[in-house]
Amino acid sequence: MKHVSRIAALFTLVTFLGLFCITSAFAADTIKIGEINTYSKLTNFTFPYRNGWQLALSEINAAGGVNGKMLEVISRDDAGKPGTAVTIAEELVTKDKVALLMGSFFSHIGLALTDFAKRNKVLYVAAEPLSDALVWAKGNRYTFRLRPSTYMQAAMLAAEAAKNPAKKWATIAPNYAYGKDAVKSFKKVLKSLRPDVEFVAEQWPALFKINAGSEIQALTAAKPDAVFNVTFGGDLAKFVREGKLRGFFKNTFVVSLLTGEPEYIDPLKGEAPEGWLVTGYPWYEIKTPAHDKFAAAYQKKYNDYPRTGSLVGYNVMMAVAAMLKKAGSTDTEKMVDAMEGLTFDSPVGPILFRKIDHQSTMGAYVGYTALKDGKGKMVDWAYKDGKDFLPGDAEVMQLRAK
Amino acid sequence: MTSNVLEVRQLAKSFGGVKAVSNVSFDLARGQLLAMIGPNGAGKSTCFNLINGQLRPDHGTITILGKKANGLKPRDVWKLGVGRTFQIAASFGSMTVLENVQMARLSYHRQTTSLFKSVPRLNRDHAMELLRLVGIEDQYNRACGVLAYGDVKRVELAVALANDPKLLLMDEPTAGMGPAERQEMMALTSSIIETRNIGVLFTEHDMDVVFGRSDRIIVLNRGELVAEGTPDEVRNNRRVQEIYLGEEPV
Amino acid sequence: MGFYIVQTLTGLSDASSLFLVACGLSLIFGVSRIVNMAHGSFYMVGAYLAYFFIDKLPQGPFHFWIGILLSALAVGLIGMIVEVFLLRRLYHAPELFILFATFGIVLIIQDLSRWLFGAEDILGQQAPGLSSSINIMGSYIPQYDIALIIIAPLILLGLWLLLTKTRWGILVRAATEDREMTDALGVNQTWLFTSVFFLGSFLAGLGGAVQLPKGGADLLMDLNIIATAFVIVVVGGMGSIPGAYLAAVIIGELNAFGILVFPQSTLVLMFLVMAVVLIIRPYGLLGKEEAPEHDNAPAPESIIRPASRRLKTAGAVFLAVILALPAVANTFQLVLITEIALFALACMSLYFIMGPGGMVSFGHAAYFGGGAYFAALMVHYLHTPMELTLFLAPLLTGCLALIIGWFCVQLSGVYLAMLTLAFAQICWSIVFQWGAVTGGDDGLLSIWPSAWASNKIIFYYLAMTLCIGGILILRHFIFTPFGYTLRACRDSALRVDSIGINLKRHQWFAFSIAGIFAGLAGGLYVFLKGSIFPDEMAISRSFDFLFMVLLGGVNSLFGPIAGSAAFTWLHDTISRINLWQLILGSIFIVLVVAFPQGIAGSIGSRLNKYFRDPA
Repeated sequence: MKHVSRIAALFTLVTFLGLFCITSAFAADTIKIGEINTYSKLTNFTFPYRNGWQLALSEINAAGGVNGKMLEVISRDDAGKPGTAVTIAEELVTKDKVALLMGSFFSHIGLALTDFAKRNKVLYVAAEPLSDALVWAKGNRYTFRLRPSTYMQAAMLAAEAAKNPAKKWATIAPNYAYGKDAVKSFKKVLKSLRPDVEFVAEQWPALFKINAGSEIQALTAAKPDAVFNVTFGGDLAKFVREGKLRGFFKNTFVVSLLTGEPEYIDPLKGEAPEGWLVTGYPWYEIKTPAHDKFAAAYQKKYNDYPRTGSLVGYNVMMAVAAMLKKAGSTDTEKMVDAMEGLTFDSPVGPILFRKIDHQSTMGAYVGYTALKDGKGKMVDWAYKDGKDFLPGDAEVMQLRAK
Repeated sequence: MTSNVLEVRQLAKSFGGVKAVSNVSFDLARGQLLAMIGPNGAGKSTCFNLINGQLRPDHGTITILGKKANGLKPRDVWKLGVGRTFQIAASFGSMTVLENVQMARLSYHRQTTSLFKSVPRLNRDHAMELLRLVGIEDQYNRACGVLAYGDVKRVELAVALANDPKLLLMDEPTAGMGPAERQEMMALTSSIIETRNIGVLFTEHDMDVVFGRSDRIIVLNRGELVAEGTPDEVRNNRRVQEIYLGEEPV
Repeated sequence: MGFYIVQTLTGLSDASSLFLVACGLSLIFGVSRIVNMAHGSFYMVGAYLAYFFIDKLPQGPFHFWIGILLSALAVGLIGMIVEVFLLRRLYHAPELFILFATFGIVLIIQDLSRWLFGAEDILGQQAPGLSSSINIMGSYIPQYDIALIIIAPLILLGLWLLLTKTRWGILVRAATEDREMTDALGVNQTWLFTSVFFLGSFLAGLGGAVQLPKGGADLLMDLNIIATAFVIVVVGGMGSIPGAYLAAVIIGELNAFGILVFPQSTLVLMFLVMAVVLIIRPYGLLGKEEAPEHDNAPAPESIIRPASRRLKTAGAVFLAVILALPAVANTFQLVLITEIALFALACMSLYFIMGPGGMVSFGHAAYFGGGAYFAALMVHYLHTPMELTLFLAPLLTGCLALIIGWFCVQLSGVYLAMLTLAFAQICWSIVFQWGAVTGGDDGLLSIWPSAWASNKIIFYYLAMTLCIGGILILRHFIFTPFGYTLRACRDSALRVDSIGINLKRHQWFAFSIAGIFAGLAGGLYVFLKGSIFPDEMAISRSFDFLFMVLLGGVNSLFGPIAGSAAFTWLHDTISRINLWQLILGSIFIVLVVAFPQGIAGSIGSRLNKYFRDPA
């Protein structure tokens, strides 16, 4: 037993020493960007995102970088914990001396970084978090957000859903902020377009712990004409399967947030629901030169097709590069000024970062799900530009008011 | 005011219909060493645990130092002035011998919730005195967990004496000891009874110890008191002989 | 009517899946007393393997069931390998270290699964012939649910026969009831443990495989199921297989009907049930009171001695280094060291009840997070200044600990630990759920120190003063009569009772002291981070603290400091590497094998000799 302990102790020592040696050493003439995301959890979402920005980064640097300097991204894993994310942000800013921060997937981590950015006067470009608070209630001078928010996507769906004759609605959403925000926004917009609708049931399964059978039963009992669904990932798969088996979807119109995104619909394979109104990313049918170029490059580099995360990752990197070019400096105030009102070209068309609330106008694709060749696809889709689905300026000012 | 430290009257306890102890009465006076004997299953342990508060009696009364002690918790029995030692010694293994005794003194002085003083200096002299009394003062700084078993029993005795008890309950004080050690332990007990004028109730398997040392003996069988008296009286009691020789030779 | 029948059946079928996971866990716990955190990982691997086996096997009427069986066997083998090559070496180590090692396995399996099975969620296959549903008075129930409802009692019956009718089963039950007795009977324990581990893991794998048609396989399954599985084991009675079934049915039905009445209740119901059961029937619904474990003779090192002159010198040097650090370190290093100090204080408070108190808490995050939330709420709603907040938050946390502690000290051992976990989860779900006040999972933001302390160097000094002060006070407490009494309660309940000490009252008091200091650490944490989220109260945070203390060693007063420093630094350093969980998990395991007394425990016992004043 004794020698085992000794060998183990030695092994530990060597490992520790080895870890000491790992440091990001080379500091050439580069602009450093700190990137934080949840790479040890929910990797089905964050890995495509990482591929996206890495593709953009290699394109930018291959074209000579920005203002004669190469971009260097220091990417860190926050393990899904906001406290860890803040520590890493501190490290990136004070030790690695990054010019700005970008990234994050979870809303609460995005919010923690938003607050960090405000206090430390560091530019933070949020990529994926959807929380409305990020740019409104908790918005600040130093935070910008790329992806269309919960409100925008819910509003896009509500506008389309209002055309359906359904009057009695039910909702099902994971029991956390994103779910609650989405339901609130959807209700608000739908009610404003269709004062005659009523909401008859609300179900709130715990995130990733849905009891799908029971939830479907509870929804069925309320006899709604239509359902607004916010569940995703493993919860969505269970919801779809139980709903089909229990005949729930036969006479129910389903509106579902994000379900058209490849991250969510592809794992469902041949069991993908049909006729749902969804937001998503029909990369297979988008035929614009800009998008073709992006999709082809992505396919070539990773031997895989792009997901929504890939598009967001690519765009956020491109946005940062465009901003740096415009600012011509890595001074935070100058970068913030450059970011406000920045327009850049993306695979989905030009995107603007609004001065008023720092939300980008990147839109989403709204359409209906269908099965084609045994796979879930989006049909009858249209690109909805984000700028058309944001509240009026007066309202935004009020939302952002301190 | 009698000189009795312990008076037991009509004590009874049953477990699920089985009478473990029934109608047991006896007295213990100051300065006496009273042995409680009986074959296995006679109800000695139950009787002991009724007196020390581990168990609640169904019937009967227990009077300790003139106060009714029925149904008191062990820690409240202790407050009446009762010290205990266990069949399998229970001590604080992570403390030194001295600290074990200091601990008991802390409780006696109701200082156990104090967050300001530092233990090492508290009650040290008194504790050392007790260690001297039981003869292990030279080991005061050793961990209780590493002591020889006989020494742990001595520590227990010192701990039991820490609240200046008038009644000492000793459950098989010499269990696990060699013959010489047994005699030493009982000699120590006798001298403590003498100098402190206390009453001791003990159970014991070793008949040499019982008949050689005790002032009086009570004999239990099947939960009932069958004999009581001086060692000579008990030795000559016919029922006791039956129990020990007839049914269950020792 | 049909609706209620179907809802009942749905609850029963959920119960079946839960039972399969929980019964293996219960079996393993009963025999080996190992709290096997990796059980959820085996469940996850079972789901993945079954998916691939079913996919690769030639289609036929039975390929689905053969795939499931193969996967369960494979997981059983994995469990056996883990037992033979790892756990067997650890049976002499304290139970908590084994828990620590099994958590290392969780991390390793997590990263290996991602590498082997891919990151994408997998939707499970339907069972052939069972892929439609049955109409019961207008409500539909999937056929597979009916199959599940039948499978679980069959397994229950099989296990019951195995445990009552075979020699092996009788040995297992004997070991469950009294470990030392089986030792005495001369049973080959090694073989018994290995076989039980095989069966337990087999059942975990089976549980994962069988639920495929109800969902699928994803990388979150391991941690999602493990808490539920523990709740069922505890509610049913540890080691009791019928108890596990009963508990699974209760939890399954409770969830099924709970969501009809309180749609948002799913998070908390389960833990409420566990708390209530533990309070009313500590050994679970069908569990038996354990044969009391004999007092373990603690190592002689565990005698505590006042600081020697050498130790005081070393402490002074350490303080001087801390004091001088801002002159040389950059702000990030200061922030990291502040964080380590906060965790060290929280760990010290956990150590206080765990080491001297002998009470293991699986829910210490309730006090850390509680202090943080009390502070954040005061600042957010009452705009209290930082100074007042840092004074009040610990006191409020102390009150919280007083409430929780009152229930917890009625129990002991692993039951006490489980009750602390239940309370921590209840606190967490209040914070998570009560969004209007606590901000829910969006947290509370913008809670920064007072102007004078907003400079990071000044805050560093402030935090250091409070943390080191707190640690020293807690250390002082260990030398006071109260600290001694607490150790006495741990060493021998029988003895303290016989010298007039009220054991529960002292343990209760210890809980609130620990709460106060953990609350202080939590309060400081808010001001360090500027924001607070429910994560700081979650199970994972509780286990972080536990691991830090274990890493440092429960026998050493400096363990908590060493442990939190090592843990935080390790996390920060390796989290930049891909597959870092794999590395961290391996390090955990190696540490447990190499230093069964914890880092500071092992090194410390050597250092102790040095720091003792020459005699």
